[in-house]
Order: sequence, then C-alpha cells, then structure tokens
Amino acid sequence: MTTLQTVFEKARADRRAALVGYLPAGFPTKDGAVAAATAMVEAGCDVIEIGLPYSDPLMDGPTIQDAVHRALLNGTRIADVMRTVEGVAKTGAAVLVMTYWNPIDRYGAERFARELADVGGSGTITPDLTPEEAGPWLEVSAVTGIDTVFLVAPSSPEERIKAVADCCTGFVYAASLMGVTGARESVSSAAEGLVQRTRSQTRLPVCVGLGVGNGAQAAEVAGYADGVIVGSAFIRRLLDAPDEAAGLDSVRRLAAELAEGVRGVRA
Amino acid sequence: MTIAEGPILTAADLVGGGTAGDDPDERGRFGVFGGRFVPEALIPALDEVAKVYAEAKEDPAFIAEFEHLLRTYAGRPTAVTEVRRFGEVAGGARVLLKREDLTHTGAHKINNVLGQALLTKRLGKTRVIAETGAGQHGVATATACALLGLECVIYMGEVDCERQALNVARMKLLGARVVPVANGSRTLKDAINEAFRDWVTNVGNTHYLFGTVAGPHPFPEIVRDFARIIGVEARRQVLELTGSLPDAVCAAVGGGSNAIGAFHAFLGDEGVALHGYEAAGRGVQSGEHACTLTEGSIGVLHGSRTYVLQDDEGQTIDSHSISAGLDYPGVGPEHAWLKDSGRATYHGITDDEAMEAFSILARTEGIIPAIESAHALAGAIKLGRELGPEATILVNLSGRGDKDMGTAMKYFNL
Repeated sequence: MTTLQTVFEKARADRRAALVGYLPAGFPTKDGAVAAATAMVEAGCDVIEIGLPYSDPLMDGPTIQDAVHRALLNGTRIADVMRTVEGVAKTGAAVLVMTYWNPIDRYGAERFARELADVGGSGTITPDLTPEEAGPWLEVSAVTGIDTVFLVAPSSPEERIKAVADCCTGFVYAASLMGVTGARESVSSAAEGLVQRTRSQTRLPVCVGLGVGNGAQAAEVAGYADGVIVGSAFIRRLLDAPDEAAGLDSVRRLAAELAEGVRGVRA
Repeated sequence: MTIAEGPILTAADLVGGGTAGDDPDERGRFGVFGGRFVPEALIPALDEVAKVYAEAKEDPAFIAEFEHLLRTYAGRPTAVTEVRRFGEVAGGARVLLKREDLTHTGAHKINNVLGQALLTKRLGKTRVIAETGAGQHGVATATACALLGLECVIYMGEVDCERQALNVARMKLLGARVVPVANGSRTLKDAINEAFRDWVTNVGNTHYLFGTVAGPHPFPEIVRDFARIIGVEARRQVLELTGSLPDAVCAAVGGGSNAIGAFHAFLGDEGVALHGYEAAGRGVQSGEHACTLTEGSIGVLHGSRTYVLQDDEGQTIDSHSISAGLDYPGVGPEHAWLKDSGRATYHGITDDEAMEAFSILARTEGIIPAIESAHALAGAIKLGRELGPEATILVNLSGRGDKDMGTAMKYFNL
C-alpha cells in the first residue's frame, strides 16, 4: 500500500501538486472502472478515489449521480468496491474510498476498515460525516491504519476548519465552492482563501476539489494547493465516449493534461 | 354530532414548552437518534437556523406574530369533532377527530410552514426551497411565501407530480416554481436530495423550509415545536368535552410531523397510549410498503440517524404507499426514540385498509379525509374494536381528501 504521506512527500520533492482522480466502482462496468482508474494512474494520477455507489448521493451533481446510478444498476456491491480498490492499488497509486456514511455504518465500521486495509486501500473520504459524529470511525481507522479525510467548505468558520482538520490524516479536502460536485467554467475564487485559512489550522496537505476539469484549472489550483481533485470531468469523458476503448483513451488524455497542469506552475 | 370549540391559546403553548426530557441534546440527539450527517458546508447554516430559532422562541413579538397568523390566517383553533356513527364501526368506542383538515390549505402542514416562513424573515433570507411528496407541504409553503413575499421553489418527484397534478397547479397559481425531480425513485426522498443540493449551492439567501420532523438537527425539533399546537389544543378540547384525557391518540406516520404534533402534548400523560400508523402499502410481505419503524433498521438518511428502509449494505429501499404523503423510507428521529423507549407504538396499515376507512368516514360522517389520515382512522377502527365502548380515542385528522379524489376515483371506480 502506498500511503498518502508518501504521495505528498514525493510531490513536494518534485515541486508540484499531487493529482487526485475520482471514479465510482462499477462504472462504466465493474472491470471497466479498474481499467479506467489504471489508465488515470498511468497517465499521471497520484491518488485515486473510488466512489462507493449510494442510492442517495445528496452532495453530488448530475454527472456523478448518473455514473453512480449506472453502477448500482450494474449490481455493484461493497465487495466490488473492495475488488476495485485492490485492482487499482496494484498500480502503486494511493487508493481511497469516497463514501457517504450510511453504507459504512450499515456494513459495520470495523469490518469495513479492516477489509479496506486488507485490499491495500489507504483510507476514506466521508463527505457527510462531521467531527461531531466521526468519533467511532476515527477510532477504527486509527487501529486499522487507514487515513481519514474530511471536507472543509468556504462557509466553514475557523473553529470548524480546525475541528475538521483535527479529524483528518493524509490531507484535508477543501471544497472549492458552495455547491455539489461537477465541472465548472472556472474554479471558484473562494478556493484559494479557504486553502490559506485551512493551512493556518493544520500542517496537513490541503487538496482542492469541486469544479476542476481541465489542465489550465489544475495549474491554477496547483499554484496554491497541495493537491488537485478531479472527478466529474473523468466521468463525463467516459459517458460521452462511443465505446469503452475510446473512453479509456479519452480518460488517459485528460489525466495527462491534468498531470501537466499540476506540474506547470511550480516546475 | 358534538363540536367542541377550542379555547383560546396562550402564546407559550405554541412552540414547545417544557415537557422535560424530550428535547434533543446539543448535538441534536434523541437518545441514539438524530444528529447531523450532512456536508460540512451546511453546518454553519444549520447552526444559524438553530441560533435564530432559539432566540425567536423566547421573543414575545415572534410568538405573537405566529399566533396571529395561526388564528387569523390558518383558522386555528381547529375543532374536535365527536364521530358517533364512525365510532359504531370502531367497536362502539368514543372517537374524537382533531380537525386539521379544516385549516387553510387543508392540512396540518400550514402550522409548521407559517412558523418557518416567519423564521426565514428573521434569518434575513429572501428565498425559500422545500420538498414535497403529496404536495401538501409544497402548497402550504407556496401559500406562506405568497403571504410573506418570499421567493419559493418546490422540489417534487416526477412520480408525485403525476399523481398529485392538482397540487402542482395550486403551487404554480400561488407563484411558486415547481421543479420535477427525475432521478432515483422520483418521489419524496429524491426531492429531498435535490432540495439539499439547491440549499448547499444557494445557502446565502435561501432557507430550506423542511416539511417534516426528519432531517438534520435542528429541523426535527423546530418542526415538532411548530406542529405541537395540534396536541396542545386537542388535549384541552378533549378534557373539556369528556372531562378526562383520551385513552389513546392515533396518528398517521410518514416523516412523522402530524403524529409528533398530536403526540407531544400527551407525552407526560402516562395513561394516554400513543399509536402511530405507517403505510403497509400492498402488505409488508410484498416488500411494497413504507413501514420504516416497524420493518426498517437503524441507519442514516437525509442527515439523521433513525429507522430506515435499507438493504444489507445501506442502500435505501424504495417505499410504496397509495398515499404520497406516507411514501417515505425514513422517519423522524424522535419517533425512532419513542418507539425504542416504548412510549409510542407503531403499526402498519395497508392501502386497502386505509381506503376502507377513507370510505367509511365519508359515508358515516360526511368527512372525506386525506388518505394519509385514513391510515390513522383504520388504526382507530382496529383499536376501538380491541378496547370496546368504554374507550375514548383521539384521532388526528391531519388533512382533507380533496387532493386524493383522483386516487379515490381509480380505487373505487367512481
């Protein structure tokens, strides 16, 4: 297993930001997700977030909703999520599971953490788990040795940023804007200020997600953040491709463009 | 038939009031239930709502304005009606109906909506969003927004838009924008997801006027407080009419707001049994039902830990009910707590049982209930047959059935 700490140390040594790509397990198919995530790593992603498809993704925009819906129709289960993590971890990238809290809660927090560690997963991102409710998950994650990533938002006051950052290991996820996931025309101007406010509360790396979809935006964000997170733009490439081979090719090209972006500013 | 006019209410009755031990803790927990499971981005907004509400309920001017609207606009107090001919069907029990169907807009939802619309003003927000299932909460919200000059957007599942087309038209006439939600099961739960997405995007100028006692803290507490007037009035009216408290209070449970509203004033009355009736749809064996409390398991849905209809991996299972207002796979956390503490008892009522009660009340009393409320009536019939003629049963008639005539025409071949 590659740890997040290793990833960010290496990126820092290269004087660049890390590139984090998101894809739900089971999309476009169970095997297709492993193939696409592998292509993303080969073309330059340092970290892969594997989404755990959930029936009620209330912080996701239409693109991820669509992908997740298809993954659920494919019959994607937690065992498939674990298999996907295992497959992608073989590439040497750090692999996280991004999931709403209820699937872990229902599956059993300890069982989930243990299985994730067993397949080479590096940690989780839990977008609807707040510090007040995170206690039990932090405990089992610490025991299992997986990282716990939580989100801060432009609306977060300093004391909330501190509370969230104190729950994080690996990195802090800064949501660039007030809204749901999805590529945007431009990256919100709120992002840079949020990164600075977060840095004043923690020594952990700070990565920016929501609304980043091309190389220029990645370069812009890499100018002030430790990592750039891209999700919907990858999914959009797969949704728009006429077949799986074309989709893989398209995803590879986007990852390469973003990888140049995260190297552009600090090189 | 006897009608009891409700006594005039004191302001302090309106928003809660000191029944010890039934308020959530500082994390919004009722026992192990409740809390907040939402994106961090929404936490400051929830904190703000909680803070402004805490101030509002101590402010006599806010209370006076709320009371004034309930009285002069919503038509409170609503009557309690004794229904003798219906009671004969219910084992001869003395059945009393709390007539929320007589409020403006035709359902209890107006109580919560007026309170939260005033709160929206106090929050300094100009735009209101809401989810709706049957359309009653949407209509009530659109009504309050028209009254108070607030912009109004209602999220409603596509399936519900079809089965409640009349309410869609009403909302539009009242100046609201109705957004049909085409993802997921295209019903209430998906409308809630979409409303949350709107809220996290527009939280600067927007209040999410949540329609039931579910969702993240402080919504379960606020909605309960604004709905508790139902039970406060009814308790006094029953005492006045019969000289004693009822043996049981019956209410339908979807998200649970009308039931909490009816139950809350009776929580401290140990001799009063509290019965909630969920939608058993085509029967629990069929898998097509909305019996969250009686058949579900503990999980997290829409920001709150509660009973949920879910599979073994936490995926929400689609619910079913002939009544759109009960067709929801979650339930308010305070009901989960009342169930586990044993203070309230919950039961399932099938579509057929509800429709039979719907028809019986119409024919015996000349009152056409909402199909939601018909679940409580069906429960009262069973309970009355169990308890016999000595029993007094209060039923919350949460709404009227005008909106359900399309469903009734189909069901009864009218």
